[in-house]
Amino acid sequence: MSVLLYLVPTALGLGLLGLFAFMWSLKTGQYDDLEGAAHRILDDDDLRGT
Amino acid sequence: MGAAMSDSHTVPLTDLRREWVIEGIRSPQAQKDIEHALAALPELRYARLNLTNRRLTTEWTKKGQSAAVLMAALDALGYRAVPFTQNEAEALQAARTQWLLRCLAVAGFAAMNVMLLSVSVWSGNATEIAPETRDLFHWLSALIALPAAGFAGQPFFYAAIAALREREMTMDVPISLGVLLALGMSVYETAVHAHHAYFDSALMLLFFLLLGRVLDHVMRLRTRALAANLAALRAPFAHRLKADGSLEEVPADALQSGDVMLVAAGERLAADGTVIEGRSDMDDSFLTGESMRRMVSPGDSVFAGMMNGAGQLRIKVAQTGARTVLAEIEDLMEKALHVRSRYVQIADRIARIYAPIVHVTAALTALGWILAGASLHDAIIIAIAVLIITCPCALALAAPAVQVVVSGGLFRNGLLMRAGDVIERMADVDYVVFDKTGTLTVPDPAGLDFAGLPPDMRIIAARLAMASRHPLARALGAAVQAQNGALSPLANVTEVTGQGVEAFYEKTLVRLGSPAFCQVEMGPAPMGQAVSHLAFRFGEQAWCISMTQTLRIDAVKTVAELKAMGLEVMILSGDHQEAVRPVAEQLSIKTWQGGLSPADKLTQLQKLRAEGHTVLMVGDGLNDAPALAAASVSISPASGADVTQAAADLVFMGERLGVVPLALRLCRKGRRVMVENFLLALVYNLLAVPLAMAGWVTPLIAAAAMSGSSVLVALNALRARHIAAGGLPETKREQS
Repeated sequence: MSVLLYLVPTALGLGLLGLFAFMWSLKTGQYDDLEGAAHRILDDDDLRGT
Repeated sequence: MGAAMSDSHTVPLTDLRREWVIEGIRSPQAQKDIEHALAALPELRYARLNLTNRRLTTEWTKKGQSAAVLMAALDALGYRAVPFTQNEAEALQAARTQWLLRCLAVAGFAAMNVMLLSVSVWSGNATEIAPETRDLFHWLSALIALPAAGFAGQPFFYAAIAALREREMTMDVPISLGVLLALGMSVYETAVHAHHAYFDSALMLLFFLLLGRVLDHVMRLRTRALAANLAALRAPFAHRLKADGSLEEVPADALQSGDVMLVAAGERLAADGTVIEGRSDMDDSFLTGESMRRMVSPGDSVFAGMMNGAGQLRIKVAQTGARTVLAEIEDLMEKALHVRSRYVQIADRIARIYAPIVHVTAALTALGWILAGASLHDAIIIAIAVLIITCPCALALAAPAVQVVVSGGLFRNGLLMRAGDVIERMADVDYVVFDKTGTLTVPDPAGLDFAGLPPDMRIIAARLAMASRHPLARALGAAVQAQNGALSPLANVTEVTGQGVEAFYEKTLVRLGSPAFCQVEMGPAPMGQAVSHLAFRFGEQAWCISMTQTLRIDAVKTVAELKAMGLEVMILSGDHQEAVRPVAEQLSIKTWQGGLSPADKLTQLQKLRAEGHTVLMVGDGLNDAPALAAASVSISPASGADVTQAAADLVFMGERLGVVPLALRLCRKGRRVMVENFLLALVYNLLAVPLAMAGWVTPLIAAAAMSGSSVLVALNALRARHIAAGGLPETKREQS
């Protein structure tokens, strides 16, 4: 059962990573405009220059 | 409009980052247009349009740059930008929503991890898990669950403490108690090496309850943002004309009624008032919903938030600050968030009575099981399940969530709610009664026929007309003023309800109103055209003025739509029969009556209601108030100052009648969703509570069932929103 010694912390660490990623995205306002984001992804004018 | 960019628009930029409310967005295309146009400006480092709340965030490359370039670029595209600073109420709401989201995330993370550990323990219990491993897993669960519940449970704990301090019972109390009991019990179980712990139940309960609350807050935040955008329209500064003729810039709040302000081209108004000098085209789309600019000339009323076009105006201030129409509309929108519909009141009352019942049921259950011979441990576990499962959170959420969704949908279409229980009353409507003048038809100033009234008499008639609020009198006043410049209304005018107005003009009795009121013969009406008559008496002389009326643009379509919805449509008008007939024929309305006095209208409406109909009256909110009050529910068109004065349950801004069927549909769907929600909550409680009391439900299942039901109810409420957004028929589409 010694496998638990590193498996459990790894699982928790990955979960915490996800939690922090969410907190970061929330803090940087990525959920402020869900409607706009839906339309912005369809705007491919930024490819014109390349 | 580059030349119209006056000094007032070169907003000094104290900070590099700014927010703007953008007016004129009609499609998502605006985002691309605006962002691309602004990306081309060298002065801007960053520009991003938020489509959800219609605000633009910009960042300038260096300080002290003029905002005029930005305004000009947007103007070229047909959008208008208004500087925006978030108000306190909205900032608070936004901060709270963020906080709830953070709690939700923590609860979600912890629930997932603890659940995984629990699954291991359950499968281990079935096979042969080493007791040490099980204890390890339980302690690990406690390590995750205790801090997580302490953080994510804050919204409930704080609310519960606040409620207890007020000696009240809210749903937060049993929730907090349930969570704390489940956690405490689990720690004890872990300490005594038991086979089961309930950390997962507490966390799942928190997660789903938070989900329901977040949904509710997001909906409220959206509606509040709309109201705040409207408030931003009021100009913060005005140019006041001092007695010596010089100009000074003053904050809008420092203006007083009676002051004269000078409004430059392209400037927004800071207060309500009357034009005393100058002509200009004004943008009043926030009041009317129309993108067409309106010409104003001396004598016209103008309102805070309107944007001046190309001309310069001198305006005499009438109302300032919180008494402006703009502020009152904002106030109405804010109130609609809090108005309590009948269903909301019922839900509130049930929740208040129910909360103590929850505790008593749980306590009695525990007692009952102990008496029946169960161990204290089992009895407490069952009591926790009952405590969690009995919480009527779904019931408490059922009606308010729908209310917020529907009132938001009504706002977006230019309808303002003035009474709390509009949704329920509108949903029952089966008979629609229209008033004619000012509702189905609007007076056409081009079709005004003075029929020999001499010009000096026209001015007296117009000054008398200005004291009246009847649509025909208003049209007359406006038409004469357009020819002769600004006039002032006569003083000491008395209004005879349903008849007309009278006053003394240099000791001569003058009257304006129906031909009967002025004792004059009605002129011959041309056949097949809606002509209304207005009579004017000056002492012994009398004249009959006729005015043609035109149907509102979408009247035909609206009536057809109402009939298609299975509603009876009727016209009750005070205007004479011959004026009503062509209108009724054009709209193919079979039941109509003309020549009614206000008392006749009342009788007709009462008769309809006595026959068991739920009657919606659509009429003039200023002159027809008794008839509107006699109907089951009423809608009134309004423009300008009328918005806040009209005596109707719903007031709509703009020219289109199409909002009437739209409002009916929205309210019907809203009510249906409310009833569904109540049934969902009720059925859940009826099924779950006996099962829990019988001891067949573990705390985990109780948490899943209880929170699941409230999430279901919140999601169901959102359905009304999708109907609201998608069911926007003709009105929006025609504009775009």
